[in-house]
Amino acid sequence: MSAQKMHIDSYERNWMIFSFILLVLFASAVAVAAFGMGIQVPAPEERVDPRTVATDPNSPWSNPGLREIAPGKYDAYILARAVPQWEYLPREITVPVGSRVTFYVTSPDVQHGFMIQNTNANFMVLPGQVSKLAVTFKNEGTYNFICTEFCGAGHGVMYGAIIVTP
Amino acid sequence: MTQYQVPVAEKKFIGSHILVAILALAVGSLFGPLQAFEHAGWDFYTYLKPLIKSYYQGLTVHGVLNALVWTTFFIMGFLTFNVVFGLKRPLKNIVLNKVGFWMMVVGVLAAAIPILANQATVLFTFYPPLKANPFFYVGLTLVVVGSWVEGWGLFMTYNDWRKENKNERTPFVAFGSLVTALLWQICTLGVAVEILTMLLPWSLGLIDGVDPQLARTYFWFTGHPLVYFWLLPAYISWYAMLPKQAGNGKMFSDSLARLSFWLFLVLSTPIGIHHQYVDPGVPPTWKFLHSMFTFGVFFPSMMTAFTVIASLEHGARKNGGKGALGWIGKLNWSDPSVASQLLAGILFFFGGIGGLANASYNVNLVLHNTAFIPGHFHLTVATAVTLSFIGISYWLVPYLTGRKLWQPKWATIQAWVWFVGMIIFSNSMHVLGLLGAPRRVPLGLAPYVPAEWSGRLFQVGLGGAILFVSGLIYLVVMYKTATNKERVESEVEVPSAEPMQDPALGPAWLDRWAPWIYGALALIVLMYGPVLFEMIRTMALTSPGFRVW
Repeated sequence: MSAQKMHIDSYERNWMIFSFILLVLFASAVAVAAFGMGIQVPAPEERVDPRTVATDPNSPWSNPGLREIAPGKYDAYILARAVPQWEYLPREITVPVGSRVTFYVTSPDVQHGFMIQNTNANFMVLPGQVSKLAVTFKNEGTYNFICTEFCGAGHGVMYGAIIVTP
Repeated sequence: MTQYQVPVAEKKFIGSHILVAILALAVGSLFGPLQAFEHAGWDFYTYLKPLIKSYYQGLTVHGVLNALVWTTFFIMGFLTFNVVFGLKRPLKNIVLNKVGFWMMVVGVLAAAIPILANQATVLFTFYPPLKANPFFYVGLTLVVVGSWVEGWGLFMTYNDWRKENKNERTPFVAFGSLVTALLWQICTLGVAVEILTMLLPWSLGLIDGVDPQLARTYFWFTGHPLVYFWLLPAYISWYAMLPKQAGNGKMFSDSLARLSFWLFLVLSTPIGIHHQYVDPGVPPTWKFLHSMFTFGVFFPSMMTAFTVIASLEHGARKNGGKGALGWIGKLNWSDPSVASQLLAGILFFFGGIGGLANASYNVNLVLHNTAFIPGHFHLTVATAVTLSFIGISYWLVPYLTGRKLWQPKWATIQAWVWFVGMIIFSNSMHVLGLLGAPRRVPLGLAPYVPAEWSGRLFQVGLGGAILFVSGLIYLVVMYKTATNKERVESEVEVPSAEPMQDPALGPAWLDRWAPWIYGALALIVLMYGPVLFEMIRTMALTSPGFRVW
């Protein structure tokens, strides 16, 4: 058999060129947002042992909560757990407006999620891993954080709040 | 020209797939509306307590039966039909295929027992350290291995055909089906490794813990190409059957249709990490690379959209269709098989756009695990795929049984009711997701739901109710067809849209398997090799199991 050439209709060729350009544009927009504007996704931070992370006195999650590391800058160590009940520890955090809070979240049991309403903060919380993300709270108000991954019967009631005060 | 007749033994065999599929859909769809009602605050699970313990048990039944069992059985049946009909020969070894089929059936039953006993309320993603009864994992393994065995039977049938037809082009429906079966063989390696090396030994007590991050990575190795395993059989119908049914159209471009199937084979696996953009243990470099390739796999879908629409238009214009969009009215909308698949295709357009948003690396931050996601996949797997399969069954079941489709008018109504119900359901789910509503939560009971969501939550329930009605109509039509005393006059004609250009004139490399398979494997090694190697090297089996449902 002789080598046959692919027959491509001119409309179809134009459509394929259009599709290609469109997809390159979308991909570029994503790349610009990621590397130009710094809208990044979580990166590996630290491995922990889920069996001891909540009890080992050397683990910051044995005493979860907010630490002020500099004026207006905070580290928030949060434990997401399903046992003995579905909750975040601490359930509530209060910071003044304009604060930059770096969240360090992990789980001693099953997978959870962590999504702060009305922000771009949204990540998975896995046992054995630490999820880290920094958020600046520019407006006062109450921001709920909600569990977004199925973690058992109480998944739907698992939430907490960040209270941003004047 | 008379068509090749699928032998009776094969007809029965294919028919058993469709029967199991529809039974799964019947039970699974019963729970769909119950989930939707929970969002609207109508709690039915209280009354189901003796049988079904929770919303989540119901959600597990719904997800496993509809997304996994209905699809897999229908697909294996339809692929078998296409290979036998396309190659015009019976299965090389029907016993082997039957072994595969029965493995799948036993697998479904093995998984169903713990699910119904509330021992496997882990949803269809079964993320550890939620720990199900071992039978759940055994059942899933049997379903996957059974589908492999059936695939091998199809490949052997093709091999025999190829020996006798050295220089012929593989007929398109058989070609597309073999690519789909091959894609499945490659991509299910992820979940097979996940279950066999981690979840099963762990649930049996042989190992104490699992690595949840590694398990998720294995899962999504399979989880994304799974989408194409669902979609490609619908594409086969849209490319090579629907244009004929809708108005005697011809397939616009046979070569490009084949090229798009190859691109799906090559590109659909090495992009799975786009489901893990916000996982803590996956380096952003790999997330970004997978996101770029995800845009790549959108390309063959765009090609498919062009060829399918052009083929439909070709037929409609021959039948007097005019205008830029006016020809759409000339399509054969009164045929329920056509109406279902056209409506499925229309909603798939929106599903595709939502998919692009999900795929977009950082845009996903506002969508990840929100109600947007089930909103999205109810347009894709629950409409583009499911409504297309329903449409296929409207001619395939009469073909296999020799019984006339009962009340085609009701079948057409069913498709439209699905369309309307899904628009209401899916639109409100998308909007809720953008407002920040999480997925997998009975939102009607959640303590943090603001009052502004209530209108949308009601629409979710309303959409679910409408979809329930559509599902019921489908089951009645199928039951009445399977027991119809009225037989088809002669034989049901299998819709076959001839290509406009003789496939033999297309390039030969479109009918060579080796380069594409090597390409697919090479890309997987490139895109998954380093990241998986590092994860396995640092694997920590430290997570004990939990049953907290």
